[in-house]
Amino acid sequence: MNIVVCVKQIPDPAAPQSFDASNNLNRSGKLILDEADTYGVEMALQLVDKSGGGEVTVVSMGSAADVAGLRNALAMGAAKAVIVSDDSLRGTDALGTAKVLAAVIRRDSFDLVLAATESSDGYTGTTPVQLAELLGLPSITFAKAVTVEGSSLKVSRQTEAGFDEITAPLPALVTVTAGVVEPRYASFKGIMAAKSKPLEVLSVADLGLEGQVGISGAREVIVSVEAVESRQGGEKYVDDGDGAAKVVAFLESIKVL
Amino acid sequence: MALTTLWVVVEPSSDSFSTTSLELLSHARTLATNVAAVTWGDGESLGAQAGEYGATTLYNVGPLDGALPGVPVAAAIQALIAAVGAPDALLIPNSYDGRDIAGRLSARLDRPVLTNATGLNDDGGLVTEHPVFGGSLTVRAKFTGAGPGIVVVRAKSFAAEPSGGSPATVVAAPAGDTGASGSAVIVVSHVEERTGPKLEDATVVVSGGRGLGEAGAYELIEELAKLLHGAAGASRAIVDAGWVPYSHQVGQTGKTVKPLVYLACGISGATQHMVGMKGSKNIVAINKDADAPIFQIADLGIVGDVHKVLPALIDALKARS
Repeated sequence: MNIVVCVKQIPDPAAPQSFDASNNLNRSGKLILDEADTYGVEMALQLVDKSGGGEVTVVSMGSAADVAGLRNALAMGAAKAVIVSDDSLRGTDALGTAKVLAAVIRRDSFDLVLAATESSDGYTGTTPVQLAELLGLPSITFAKAVTVEGSSLKVSRQTEAGFDEITAPLPALVTVTAGVVEPRYASFKGIMAAKSKPLEVLSVADLGLEGQVGISGAREVIVSVEAVESRQGGEKYVDDGDGAAKVVAFLESIKVL
Repeated sequence: MALTTLWVVVEPSSDSFSTTSLELLSHARTLATNVAAVTWGDGESLGAQAGEYGATTLYNVGPLDGALPGVPVAAAIQALIAAVGAPDALLIPNSYDGRDIAGRLSARLDRPVLTNATGLNDDGGLVTEHPVFGGSLTVRAKFTGAGPGIVVVRAKSFAAEPSGGSPATVVAAPAGDTGASGSAVIVVSHVEERTGPKLEDATVVVSGGRGLGEAGAYELIEELAKLLHGAAGASRAIVDAGWVPYSHQVGQTGKTVKPLVYLACGISGATQHMVGMKGSKNIVAINKDADAPIFQIADLGIVGDVHKVLPALIDALKARS
């Protein structure tokens, strides 16, 4: 089976985040493959393996100035990568992103689209479902286990109370939660092989989406950005064996005990 | 143009609506004169509750026959808009199904969706508020262009307060066109046994993070939570590592909690975590790194090893009972 995995290269989440002059997230530094996406890549590789044939394609949108994150996915075992990179995409919102990804994914046949539940920089969490709607696919979000039997999909989906077992016909779109599989580390051989794997860079014009995406396609605007008054820390003690007693005294003072 | 009509997606939850749904209804009625609710399932019996929290009309999509709600509910809302006209905005709870409905509706209506909202105001139109960078900044945004705005709102952004309104008129929503995209069905639902209060409702929340060192040490968190009649939470790091289920996660990705006291154990305080718990009345942090960001917002900070402090705390609490 052929699986498309939507991935995003993001600024290192451990580094401080900031906005640029036009209130877009500052992405000028080094970009990495969002860790949340590594679970989708791993799951896709395992499902393709089990099916006995086919390949994994990673699809992305964003700056192609740094493609280390995509090379990382290729090094894990994906066969090829496609990234849509265009200055006119600055300010594209979640729906615009879904339109771009849909235009790329429509170009080839596929059995399954995987994505993370949300990215670790924007946290919007709606792009995959918007993409499913644009592609006319059923979608199952928050998957904690995915199996394929013939032309149907079985998914355990996280719920408030526990989990649901869901079935859907293929093709379909699934978002996977973190921790569902253990993403492999790229081997040296994989890293070397990734260097010669196809990595296609597309423009907005290549997809015929001029005017529909970017800041002009986004129909929401930022009115203001304001600092929030920060909460003040209280007392801090180094534990000398009396740390537990300090906590007990605090809990008594607020009448929890 | 000021707001006149808001629709709130209200999620059925056993014989009621979810708490976040009621929070949204309560706030919607302070913003708009016409507040309608949209639900599915056994909505017939819930007109009284929808009315009590401020809705004048309850549109009921009806039983979904096992289908996941995203597609059929979005399709029904789209059909409803075609039939009765669009509201100024749709407010949707941030939940598994709420996000599905919002995404589906956004693509169907070709309208944007703003997520993670924690504030909604009428300032010549709807202005939404979103905490970013761990809650250190608030971004205010508004929709442009024709058509309704779609907003996904985080839990606990508003208080759920009954207005004493009369029962809402229950109206069957027209069935929409679900097409092939609506073919995902629930075969069976599993309810995981839980003891003690729900994470979102607990007065005391005890959360563990990477500082626990290994999955087995989470037992300390659970035992402490039980002794304090609280709920056990977790940072994203240990959920991603597979130590505890996603349902325990507190943070941007996960649950928002505002307990009387939050005990962060072995949690450094990544911005992604802070946004889900910084509204707690009191915060106690135990971490061996004296420079951990969590101490900047903790009312009581203990710089120490959770493997020493937690067992001592558990013993002290047991000795009292």
